Amino acid sequence: MSGTRLRALSLATFAALTTAFALVFFYAPNDADQGFIQKIFYVHVPVAIVTLVAYVAAAVLAAIHLRTRDRAWDLRSYVVIHIALIFNIMGLLTGAIWAKASWGHWWVWDEPTLVSFLIVFLLFATYQPLRFSIEDPERQARYASVFAIMAGAFVPLNFMAVRLAQPFVHPRVFATSSGGLPGSMAFVFVLSLIAIALLFATLVAYEIGAKRARWQLRTLQRRLLGADAVAPAGRSAAPSGAVGPDALDGPPAVPSRRPQGATS
Amino acid sequence: MSALLAAAPALPLHEAGKYVAGAYVVLVAIVLVYVAIMATRLRRMQRQLGELNAALELREKAGRSPADHARPEVESRHQDTGQDAPRRYSPGP
Repeated sequence: MSGTRLRALSLATFAALTTAFALVFFYAPNDADQGFIQKIFYVHVPVAIVTLVAYVAAAVLAAIHLRTRDRAWDLRSYVVIHIALIFNIMGLLTGAIWAKASWGHWWVWDEPTLVSFLIVFLLFATYQPLRFSIEDPERQARYASVFAIMAGAFVPLNFMAVRLAQPFVHPRVFATSSGGLPGSMAFVFVLSLIAIALLFATLVAYEIGAKRARWQLRTLQRRLLGADAVAPAGRSAAPSGAVGPDALDGPPAVPSRRPQGATS
Repeated sequence: MSALLAAAPALPLHEAGKYVAGAYVVLVAIVLVYVAIMATRLRRMQRQLGELNAALELREKAGRSPADHARPEVESRHQDTGQDAPRRYSPGP
């Protein structure tokens, strides 16, 4: 993504988040049952939705990687899962805060939605160690893509299983048999969802840009200073090597050298 | 759970306010931590770019590649350990 588009995306994210948060507190009415505490839903639910959609999107990106063998798709899948994990933590924390205020407990183990969200988090938390455990970049990318597809397929199955489970203790934001959100609250909710999705997209764009810039810098170092002057990258969970059309055509990475240290 | 909900009515504003503030602060704090990590990475890359710039200036002044500057040090290091110096990548023909 070019600098101009990234700047535009960042500004759109800032404007959307500011507007959404202002409307949450100054426009959306208080919930009749939950009162002021329901304001947490405008951040908690969009974060959870974006997280789950991102996991599925990462599976699609991984499938494209396996189909095309283009490492740029592996990078995209990796970064989407990386940011989705951060959003997953946000969802767990904001949910725990709401649970404490509403139920009096930070965590309730017999609530299917909470536990299933934690299981999804733990499942994807193994993605990084899996990548780190494989030294060969080609195999690392291939195995990680297979994992991302399998775990991504688990997400909608898990979601449906929880929706079908009884009892429905966890509040449902969208329409249920007993009715959904009124118009003003639904409008603010959709705007919050868009703002959080934009935040996710912005962070993904920055992360991909940073990874490519780092690799280009290493390529330049090898070109200008010689391969010996540049320390080996070491084992890493992050994709390495040619990661997209923006990457420079540089010399091959230092082969078959035992990594001296580990980087994230 | 339904008994738990029945026993937990809506909190008054002065009680609920701290929880709502906490949830939004968590969101902003995590994003800020991420931005801080990105800023640290950016600073490191800027420093490395500065080093590359300095190497280029040295190359222009001396009229030879910075890799040539690095060669004596690398070769002497391998001579000290009794190993052959590895083949280096050369950008030029």
